[in-house]
Amino acid sequence: MHDMSAHAHATHQAPTSFIRKHVFSLDHKVIGKQYYGMALAAVIIGMFLSWLMRIHLGWTNFAIPGLHILSANGAPGNVMTPEYYLQLMTMHATIMVFFVLTTAPFAAFGNYFLPIQVGAEDMPFPHFNMMSFWVTFVGFLVLVSSFFVSDGPTLGGWTQYAPLSAVGSVGGPGQGLGVVLWAASIAIFCVGQLLGSLNFITTTLDMRTKGMSMWRLPLSAWAWFITSVMGLTAFAVLMPACILLILDHVAGTSFFVPSNLVINDQMQPHAGGSTLLWQHLFWFFGHPEVYIAIVPGMGIVSHVLITNLRRPMLSHRVLIYSMGALAVLSYMVYGHHMFVSGMNPVSSLAFSFPTLVITIPSTIVVLIWLGSLYGSKMRINTASLFALGFISMFISGGVSGFFLAQPSIDIMLHATYFVVGHFHMVMGVAAMFGIFAGTYFWFPKMYGRMMNETLGKTHFWLTFVGAYCIFMPFHYLGIAGNVRRYQAFVDDYLQPLIPVHRFITVAAVATGAVQLIFLFNLFYSRFWGEPAPDNPWQGTSLEWSTPTTPPPHNNFGDHLPVVYHDPYQYGVESSTGDYVMQTSPEQVNNGHDEA
Amino acid sequence: MGKFFAVTIVVIAILSAIPIVRHTWEAPADVSAHGALIDEQMSETMAEAGLSFLASQFLLGWFIWRYSAFKPGDKIKSFPGGAKTMVWAAFLLVGTECLALGVFGVKAWASVYLTPPAADAMTMQVQAGQFAFYFRYPGPDGKLGPIHANLINEANQNFYGLDQDHDTDSKDDIVTAEMAIPVNREVHLLMHSKDVGHSFYVPALRVHQDFVPGLDVSLHFTATKVGRYEIVCTQLCGLGHYNMKAYLSVLSPQDFDDWIKKQAALQ
Amino acid sequence: MATTVHEPPKVDRSRDPYRPSDSGIGGGSNQGPSARELRRTADYSPPPSSTGIWVVLASISMTFAALTSALVVRQGAGNDWRHLTLPPILYLNTLILIASSGALEIARRQMNSFMTGRGEKTSRPTRWLYITLALGLLFVAGQYVAWLELRARGLFLATNPNSSFFYVLTALHAVHVSGGLGGLLRVIRRFRKSILRKSTLDATSRYWHFMDGLWVYLMLLLWMKL
Repeated sequence: MHDMSAHAHATHQAPTSFIRKHVFSLDHKVIGKQYYGMALAAVIIGMFLSWLMRIHLGWTNFAIPGLHILSANGAPGNVMTPEYYLQLMTMHATIMVFFVLTTAPFAAFGNYFLPIQVGAEDMPFPHFNMMSFWVTFVGFLVLVSSFFVSDGPTLGGWTQYAPLSAVGSVGGPGQGLGVVLWAASIAIFCVGQLLGSLNFITTTLDMRTKGMSMWRLPLSAWAWFITSVMGLTAFAVLMPACILLILDHVAGTSFFVPSNLVINDQMQPHAGGSTLLWQHLFWFFGHPEVYIAIVPGMGIVSHVLITNLRRPMLSHRVLIYSMGALAVLSYMVYGHHMFVSGMNPVSSLAFSFPTLVITIPSTIVVLIWLGSLYGSKMRINTASLFALGFISMFISGGVSGFFLAQPSIDIMLHATYFVVGHFHMVMGVAAMFGIFAGTYFWFPKMYGRMMNETLGKTHFWLTFVGAYCIFMPFHYLGIAGNVRRYQAFVDDYLQPLIPVHRFITVAAVATGAVQLIFLFNLFYSRFWGEPAPDNPWQGTSLEWSTPTTPPPHNNFGDHLPVVYHDPYQYGVESSTGDYVMQTSPEQVNNGHDEA
Repeated sequence: MGKFFAVTIVVIAILSAIPIVRHTWEAPADVSAHGALIDEQMSETMAEAGLSFLASQFLLGWFIWRYSAFKPGDKIKSFPGGAKTMVWAAFLLVGTECLALGVFGVKAWASVYLTPPAADAMTMQVQAGQFAFYFRYPGPDGKLGPIHANLINEANQNFYGLDQDHDTDSKDDIVTAEMAIPVNREVHLLMHSKDVGHSFYVPALRVHQDFVPGLDVSLHFTATKVGRYEIVCTQLCGLGHYNMKAYLSVLSPQDFDDWIKKQAALQ
Repeated sequence: MATTVHEPPKVDRSRDPYRPSDSGIGGGSNQGPSARELRRTADYSPPPSSTGIWVVLASISMTFAALTSALVVRQGAGNDWRHLTLPPILYLNTLILIASSGALEIARRQMNSFMTGRGEKTSRPTRWLYITLALGLLFVAGQYVAWLELRARGLFLATNPNSSFFYVLTALHAVHVSGGLGGLLRVIRRFRKSILRKSTLDATSRYWHFMDGLWVYLMLLLWMKL
């Protein structure tokens, strides 16, 4: 007999007080919105930092008005010092990768919609879920606090390679307390995300409603599930690495610092540590992390796309298998970040093969999407535009990865702007497009109001073109040998490239400004948007079958839904039109011809 | 709007490809013995990646153009062969591409990293430290003396911590701030880091290698053209990272001998 | 004896007339779930705490796996590896922890019998649970004694890499064991209030046994490598 205690466990009463409703809430929907709000704050900060960086790169001696207020040491006379550039860069990357790309597509949308898409009242461990957000938020605060310590934040890049990250303040400004705060914040973040993964996995495996088999889950749910399994293993490795790094700082250990280092003519007290050890630990986490950043986007985009194509995915299962393959392979490729690191050159070849092989599932995913476009009835709205834009961006970003997968080519492209272009295309643009697609698509369900389509489309057009203007040129710079993480370009061979940087800066600031349209749309629609019906997109999955919009506290009211169909029954002839919802007992005929 | 989007995608794809096809921004001309293999690898990859990029963006654009303009009576169609076609295409096209490039790439990589230096290669050393490169030549005795980290003193210009009073091998070592090598002679470059991680990158010479503090690594290469090139640091090493560079002069054998003699006199 | 299982929420099962039929996959199906599928979903859904604890144990394993790699790499990196004789009390602590697992198993079975009303009824079903708790506390205390002994030998956190790993691994394990002690306390408290679920008891036990197994692994690692 069904273990009813599974459902009972998840039940919690609707809260009444303000604190319980909006602050310390056990409701996965509130937690999802809290994550989204935090990600929004983080992306605004991260983007602002990128503006400062880009302005400085284009015009190195330019006095940016007001910059000395942000940091008197970092910008005397409003001109950014070299170390401050690196500090801003490190914080930009850390904030974006951890507090935007891991939170918004995964923790925000996943928390809100995974329980609903599986047909549950909530996640099975709501207290852990609440803790997951607040722990992550504390991590965010700890990170941001490093802006306000006397030496400023760490300047070692989000990768924090040892020994620079481990030797302490002799290494440079921000390398003392700044690194400790960075490592502490990331360790705290890892704990928060592990608590989240716990809930995502148990929700997917144990809380599915009657009739909802694993294969009947929407692609977004599968993506969140696969991502949470990756998170489980990846974050659990980064956390001890950060602990060891902190110990090297505060306890005098030498995990990562070798002997006989001399800085400022002073022998450093550490001995015997391994700098490559940090790289191995970090990238074992780091590569799955970038898939954690993109797989939810793939799931969201698949989900949004298929609803707007009005036909089933070319193959639901193949997409799931491919996302799973990406997740598994992501653990075997991490050494491609270390081709010229000094590790055994044979290892480099060993890592390059799975890196090349991972192109195959990525290609399958893109081809399945393209194949699903074929013969469809494509609806164009803001959400579907961002979903289609994701495909274009993912192709661009993926293709550049093909170069970097080969060690012999990496000799030329390692640590150049080619790498920066590659990861910004996939993470900074494609993953963002996934977040945008999800926002425009699910906003009506979350807030009961439609977002403005005109503003949305304007946002899309300007961002799509702007993003290509910003990040395509990065690849050309990289091919020309433009090294990354430089605050200024003093080398002879880089002088002809400075005009390209200026073009990029203009594009970046302009495209960033365009995001204000999105922000405005978000807040305006929240209060004054057109009231939304329960199922504005004629979607089939469970979130569109909630009794109210936004959903009630326990998602489905008195009765948990029962599922009769696969998730994407579009292109059929039914009483509701060209689709049949998963919860509808109606039996329909296929309206399209099967290949 | 779908058609407009389709056109935009195609236009962007073409515009993106133009600077590549026209070689607007390129790596500096290759002046190394092993670089031809790397450049060939790069061209092949660029061709295959470029074609895949254009083909897939065009396909995306075509499908958006065609299927966003559906008429109410249109029936949903499935791609011929369904998902199977896609899976086969991925495995065959991409798989063979990857295999080919992967296998051919081994040769380029091995020629730099998996072959030992020639027996008559010129041995020398580079030390990276915040924020400069210093070079050391073994001098007439052909031996590099030991490094004593505790003796490093930048103020006294003892960059390597050499004990020239007690170590005979160090006595004739030549330390310079610029690197020079003879053309067409293999160089065996020993790499040592004084403090944190750095990297040695000379685009024209097609060499790139991180320094590993605590572990001495090495590179070997042969320059085939006389000229002056820049060595830049590519591993974030602190606030002076952007400025950490040195010049590399590739000289004729005679000019190199003259240069080394001049440097020895300056020690 | 009051019920130890929550009342389940009402789920309306009257409105779904299933027609057993083939359930296709992907785009081809629009028919109801097969009876086999329904049974699979309806009849068996593991209690989330069961899945949950495996998830937790998986991530803890990854953490200690990462530290194991770090140890192995660090040993090979420098030439400052200095053999560390393990404080003898560790062997006693190991026995204590193993005994605590045994005690916990007895407690678990007795409490299960008690709650389901099957099997032998014991007058004090939580007795063995208290014994487990006591042994667990004894273990943590014993670990502290081990650290004191190392300190007396002049081996502190940063003295050499061996001592660093010793402290890090044992401290991290002790932290997780303390979490397990908290879990045991929670089980006792819930049992006393008659709201303990079998799944909670099983999950907590599983966690504790894992801590035991993890400790045996760490002892082997420390003994072999340090």
